Amino acid sequence: MTIADGVERRVWEELANLPDPEIPAISVVDLGVIGSVAASGDRVRIELLPTFVGCPAIGVMQQQIGERMGALGLQADVVVSYDPPWSSDRISPAGREALRRSGFAPPAPMPAGPALGMLDELAVLPIAECPYCGSRNTTMDNPFGPTLCRAIYHCEDCRQPFEQFKRV
Amino acid sequence: MTTAPPELDPTTRDALAELLLTLADDEFVIGFWDSEWTGIAPMLEEDVATSSIAQDEIGHARALYEMLAELTGEDADAIAYGREPEAYRHASLLDHERGDWAATVARRYLYETADAVRLAALATSGHEPLALLAAKMRREETYHLLHAEAWLRRLADSRGDAADRLADAVRRLWPDAQDVFAPLLNEETLVARGVLPTPMRALHAEWVARVRPTLEPVAGDLPQSAPRLDGRERRSDAFRWLHGELTSVARSGAGATW
Repeated sequence: MTIADGVERRVWEELANLPDPEIPAISVVDLGVIGSVAASGDRVRIELLPTFVGCPAIGVMQQQIGERMGALGLQADVVVSYDPPWSSDRISPAGREALRRSGFAPPAPMPAGPALGMLDELAVLPIAECPYCGSRNTTMDNPFGPTLCRAIYHCEDCRQPFEQFKRV
Repeated sequence: MTTAPPELDPTTRDALAELLLTLADDEFVIGFWDSEWTGIAPMLEEDVATSSIAQDEIGHARALYEMLAELTGEDADAIAYGREPEAYRHASLLDHERGDWAATVARRYLYETADAVRLAALATSGHEPLALLAAKMRREETYHLLHAEAWLRRLADSRGDAADRLADAVRRLWPDAQDVFAPLLNEETLVARGVLPTPMRALHAEWVARVRPTLEPVAGDLPQSAPRLDGRERRSDAFRWLHGELTSVARSGAGATW
């Protein structure tokens, strides 16, 4: 293992404890927004993959990541990247569980095929599993929610409204 | 942006700059028009939806202005807020005022379908940073398209006043909607270099073939219409008013650090 490998591992460990600013139940690593970490000497270059292009939390995340790296004695260069484009499939199993525990339905997996194949399926089959009772007897009230990345559902069994982290 | 833009010859760079400006201005202007519904949409869920869509569009504009700024060495905010109305290059479709809900639904449908055709092409652009951003935007625009199609159907199926207003709005906006595909000044350079994989003329034909079967049952026969050469230079009084609004904070503190 090279020195850079050791530094990068410490960076990943640190970021695994940095909560997402909008949904603090999940870390930025479990959310899948850290694209890559590359260390060289006391500098580290971190690629941040925004969940949504217009996410207003991007600046806050860059700043918080920079501060955490500063605490490790590293000078961070946090760059926004769309390579690869963030997709809800990047949320880790631990992250999906953390979302569920805090009342968010995790996004369903993306259908195979081109992005626009999504359209019909979204319209016909907007499935989310109720994070409170586990029922799949749910209806989508609004594909748009309180933040860009959240949709609003209603559970027909336990009668709770809940949010789903949007599939994108 | 992560990837340093590939080295471009000056002609290609200028042509790309024009393409990015048209894309950014389209998203910026429709985002601001739609943001006017915040607080006054016809129902609560639509208040949330139009606000969220507007935020998406302005976010897309930000990413595109930043890509443009990197290319030209300018400042993204200065491009977004620092120009006179006549220097904006959005399509004339976006020069109309917000209008009533039916006009908003008609415009959203026309614009989102056109944008979907355009983004599908740009996602295969030979200019990698643009291809990556277009691919990401497409995932988000899918939700906008779904929203626009659902509302078009809802108003059209209502009969009576809502359907009439929708039909009027589609007929009124149809000629200007073509201008989303107005030819770019140096388009042949972009096509030759693979930056724009399909010429605007072909994208326009694809869009018309896609929307006509949906719109004619709603609005009646729509004339054969082509994008105009000056389709992105026809600024209206409605836009001049919007420009005054959207630049008001930036102008009130010129040079301020936020």
